[in-house]
This record gives sequence, structure tokens and C-alpha cells, in this order.
Amino acid sequence: MSAPEVTVIDTPAWAGSYGDEVKPRVGFFTDTSICIGCKACEVACKEWNHVPATEYEFTGHSYDNTGDLGSDTWRHVAFVEQRVPVGGVAEGAPDSFVAEAHRQEILQRSGIEAERDGEGLRWLMASDVCKHCTHAACLEVCPTGALFRTEFGTVVVQQDVCNGCGYCVPACPFGVLDRREGDGRVWKCTLCYDRIGDGLEPACAQACPTNSIQFGEHDELRARARERVDRLQADGLAEARLYGEDPGDGVGGAGAFFLLLDEPEVYGLPPDPVDTTRDLGEMWKAAGLAAGAIAAGALAVFAGSSR
Amino acid sequence: MSSGDPGTSRGVTAISPDAAHANGRGRMTDKADFRSYYGRPIIKEPVWTWEIPWYFFTGGLTGASSALAAGARIAGHETLARRATLTALAMTLVNPVLLISDLGRPARFLNMLRMFKVTSPMSVGSWVLSAHGGTATLAGLSELTGRAPRTGVASDLAAGALGTVLATYTALLVSDTAVPAWHEARIELPFIFAGGAMASAGAAAAIVTPVAQAEPARRLTVLGAVLELGAAQVMERRLGELAEPYEQGTVAKLKWAALGLTAGGATCVALAGRRSRAAAVLGGALTLAGAACERWTIFKAGFVSARDPKYTVKPQRRRMEERAASDGARPVGPSRSGAEERPGTGTSADGAGHGEGRAG
Repeated sequence: MSAPEVTVIDTPAWAGSYGDEVKPRVGFFTDTSICIGCKACEVACKEWNHVPATEYEFTGHSYDNTGDLGSDTWRHVAFVEQRVPVGGVAEGAPDSFVAEAHRQEILQRSGIEAERDGEGLRWLMASDVCKHCTHAACLEVCPTGALFRTEFGTVVVQQDVCNGCGYCVPACPFGVLDRREGDGRVWKCTLCYDRIGDGLEPACAQACPTNSIQFGEHDELRARARERVDRLQADGLAEARLYGEDPGDGVGGAGAFFLLLDEPEVYGLPPDPVDTTRDLGEMWKAAGLAAGAIAAGALAVFAGSSR
Repeated sequence: MSSGDPGTSRGVTAISPDAAHANGRGRMTDKADFRSYYGRPIIKEPVWTWEIPWYFFTGGLTGASSALAAGARIAGHETLARRATLTALAMTLVNPVLLISDLGRPARFLNMLRMFKVTSPMSVGSWVLSAHGGTATLAGLSELTGRAPRTGVASDLAAGALGTVLATYTALLVSDTAVPAWHEARIELPFIFAGGAMASAGAAAAIVTPVAQAEPARRLTVLGAVLELGAAQVMERRLGELAEPYEQGTVAKLKWAALGLTAGGATCVALAGRRSRAAAVLGGALTLAGAACERWTIFKAGFVSARDPKYTVKPQRRRMEERAASDGARPVGPSRSGAEERPGTGTSADGAGHGEGRAG
């Protein structure tokens, strides 16, 4: 159980509404520095949650034929290939093995001497997942209340309530949610709500062979993540950084956060995600003024007009 | 390797990151200065289909027609009030059909009314649509049957007030999302929608009302058209780089169609429509088509901005840099320096990007 002195990031309409039944907030810390790209998390997630198979498509994007998160993909392993000098500092360049093979072929045919000595490829892998935001736009825009915050502080879709309006789909700043074809409802990671209630860890975390995916109490995970990033930086991996761990970010911090070795957008993550409903005040104000303009117009047009 | 490969000479393999963009997705004006994961979108495109832009249009037409009817009741223009009330009644039957058929589970529409959430424009809108539908139906039925005239007028006034919200909340449906071209236009969009709604309601009333009684309708058409087109101009200017989706392809065509149809239609209604009913019908029809095109323009522009990661990454990066500058604090992330010259793997890899720029 969480120590009382640790700051627990409060999530709106959460702790209070559960009273005594509230549980410590849980989340994922995905340490991509030790991800080996095995995709066991993708498979375990699909198996446990009965997520339908997706049509197989060859993307040519390294070993990633999954592409992105969606209604039928709740864990997605990204593969990024980069060329970096063998000393490690990442001022290296983009390239893929496919491109490299193509280059080698040209070099062989033309007889030009290659000069790649001292350089190597860096392969970044990262398992992406729903962030279970502190300020979750999907939950806030959901008109039916199908999306709700659990007693664990996670964000879950109630499938018996969702009517497939699709509002959460473009509201999510991470592009996590999508509507399932043929089903009509929106599906996403539940952080294995059914498992954690029974004291089990989520399927992806349990399947992860390197402990790149760590499940636990949120505050404890954050402490662990900070320790880890400090350690990596001290060891010379200057580019290591945490993503989604900061409660000061645009979503109030994520329940599922990451240790990355490059900028977030390289992994397909938004560099500065914002909960869209943060600007609701000015949006409703503008709508109110515009509605007032219609009312004023509909009255003004009668001024001095004969019947 | 040869000096023909500019990338290698910098120690950087040159796959032009904007190759992906030059390839069918429109060129960027500046050198590609953002990174992405294989050029894939970061946010999801909305799942909304054709019903939604049409609903924006009919919702605007309905709501502003109710407002016009209410105004006409107050001003004592009975003929115009009657026509506008009946227009609203007719459209009231269309709105929910469009909205419900877009749902993934239409049979569960009533789940919308499980709760009332101000954080969800769709929740607020569902209640407004329901309340407006009820009052507009009462007003329309009273008008048709001649029964309960007092209730009819009261309903007209209520529907008028609700109608102003019905016509504008739809702007929040799109602006209260992570879609860059929509969210960043959150101030202007309600005014564009309000203008389009007024122009539509004025145009519809000018079509169905005798010329002699339609003067206020013609004025509303012009007023609405000016507001709609003016606010759209402001929006594009303020969007800056995010206005790019409005300048390309189908969206640009729709935009110019909206401008031409709205301006031409409103002019026709205002000038020729005061003498000839036929001109009022023609001008009204053009104005209605223009308002529909404007909604489609905005709808489609949002999809374009959702599809291309640059519209997500670049404004966010700029925001971070501005914040860092104003904080005078550290840049975000230890490896920020030099990031501009160091495009990510992803940006390059749209298939055709491979092999380009190094075959020298």
C-alpha cells in the first residue's frame, strides 16, 4: 500500500466518488530502454481481453506490422531504426535496415567504397498503451458516461453503455481510442480492470519478459521511474527522459508513462499532449456569444420593417 | 562514399524527411523540421461520416429558423413567423435521424440522456436537441392545427432561445477535440456556425415567404453571410500554418464554393429577391448550398489536419519552445539541441522515401 506521505495525483471525480472503496491509483511504467520488441505484450493483451485479430498488413516499417493503437490493438510495439555513431551519443541519422540493404546493393553495383566505419544502427523499441490520463479528454467528452474512472484511477469503457458516438476518438491527444468495425462501439485498454481487481497484474505486464512493462501503484512507479532515468543518465545515456510522468503536463500526468530514449514524436507520441477540455471555458463562452449573436440578429432584422 | 550524397558528408544518412510529404500529401513550405513515427498520424481521425456535416447544416438551419420565428412573433410578423416555424418543424424531423444514424449503436441513442455533462458538448447538445425538438414540434403542430395558440407562441419563443444554442454548440463538437485545425479555431468556429445558421434560416424563409413579408428574412441572410464569411477569414488568418489544410485539394474547392455560393446567393436574395420571388428562391438555394459547403469545408479540414503528424507535432513543439523561452528554463529533454537537423527515422519511411537521396 502506498505510504501516506507520497503525493498521489488526484484525478477529477475519482477519489471522492468512491469513498471507502477507493483503491490506490495504479498504472504502467514502460521502460523502453529494456524493451526487446518481442510483442509478447501485444499477444497477451489480445489473448486475455479477447481482442479480435487485425488484418495482417506488411507496412515495411521495421518489424512493426501493427502500426498503431486502436480498437483492436491495446498494446502496440513501435520499432525505430536509427543510425548512430558507435560511441553511442545519438546525433545519428535516420535509416532503416531496408534502406540500408538498398544502399549496400547500390554500393556493390557501383563499386563505390563505403565509409560507414565506426557507425552502427540503434534500434528503439517501445510498447505503447492507453495513458490513463489524470485529465482524460475521452472520459470528459463521453456523452453517455460509458467512459468512467475506476476505483483504481484508471479509465475504462463500459461496453454495455457505449453507443458508439465516436466523440472520444478525436478527443484523445494520443490517438488511443477507435471504434471497432462491425461492432460500432469504442474499445481500448482497460488496464486489465478484471485482473487488477483480483490482485493480478495486467496481462501485458505479466507477459513482458524483460520487465520493460511494470505495473504497480502509481506513486511508487513514478519514484522508480525517476530513479531509473537518473541512473541511465548517470551512465551516459543523456537522451533518456520520462514521458507522461510529470503532473504538470497537459493531461495532468499519465497513469501509464514511459522512459524514452528519443523525442516522443519519434515513437509516434505527441510531444506536448493537452486535454482538450482544458479550454472548455473559452469554448463555451465563444458559443454563448455566437448564440447571442443569432438572437440579436433574429430580433434586429425586424427593426423598422413593415409587416 | 561519393560526395554526391550530401547526407553522408554530414555523418547523417540523407533520407529527406519531407519525402513522405512531397509524396502525395502536399509539400511543406519550409524544410521538414519535425520528426514522426514513419509519417503516421499521432491522433485518430474522427469516425464521423457524412451525416455529421449535414447535421451541422440542418441543426443550424433549424435552430436559427426557430430564432427567426421567435423574433417574428415578438415583432408581430405573423406570416414570416408561420413560415419559419414550419421550416423549423420540418427540419426538426431530420436532425435526430442524421445524428442517430451516425452512431455506432443507433439503438442506444437514449444513453445520451443518461447524464448531463458540460464537459461534453455532445451531451449538452443531445439535451438541447431534445428540448428544442419538443418545443419546435409543439410550436409547429399548433401552427398547423390552429389549436392552443398561446402554447404555440410560448413554444416558439422557447424553441427560438434553444435554437440559438442548437445552431452553435455543434462548433464545439469539433473544437473540443485534439484535432489541430478544429481545436485551434475554437474561438472562431461558433461564429462561423452562427453566421451560416442565420444565413440558412434567412434564405429558407426568403424561399418560402412572399416577397412583401420577407424583408427581415433577406436581412438575416445577408447578416448571416457576412458573419459566416468574415469569421472564416479571421479563422484562417489566426490559424497560420494550421490553415494549410484549407488551401489544398478538396477542402480548398469546398471553401471557394462556399464563398462563391454564399456571397452570390446572399447578394441575389438581397438585391433581386426583394422584387422577384424567383430570384429569392434562387438566391436562397445558393445561400443554403453555401452554408452546407462551409460546414463540409471545416469538417474535411479537420480530417486533413488529423491525418498528418506535422500538424500535431509542429504546433506542440513551438508551444514547448515558447514555454521554455518564457520560463527561461531548460529546454525539454536533454537531446533537444540539434534536433532540427536530425530528423527521426520515422519521417522518412513512407515506402517511396527509401533509397531517395542516396542513389548518387
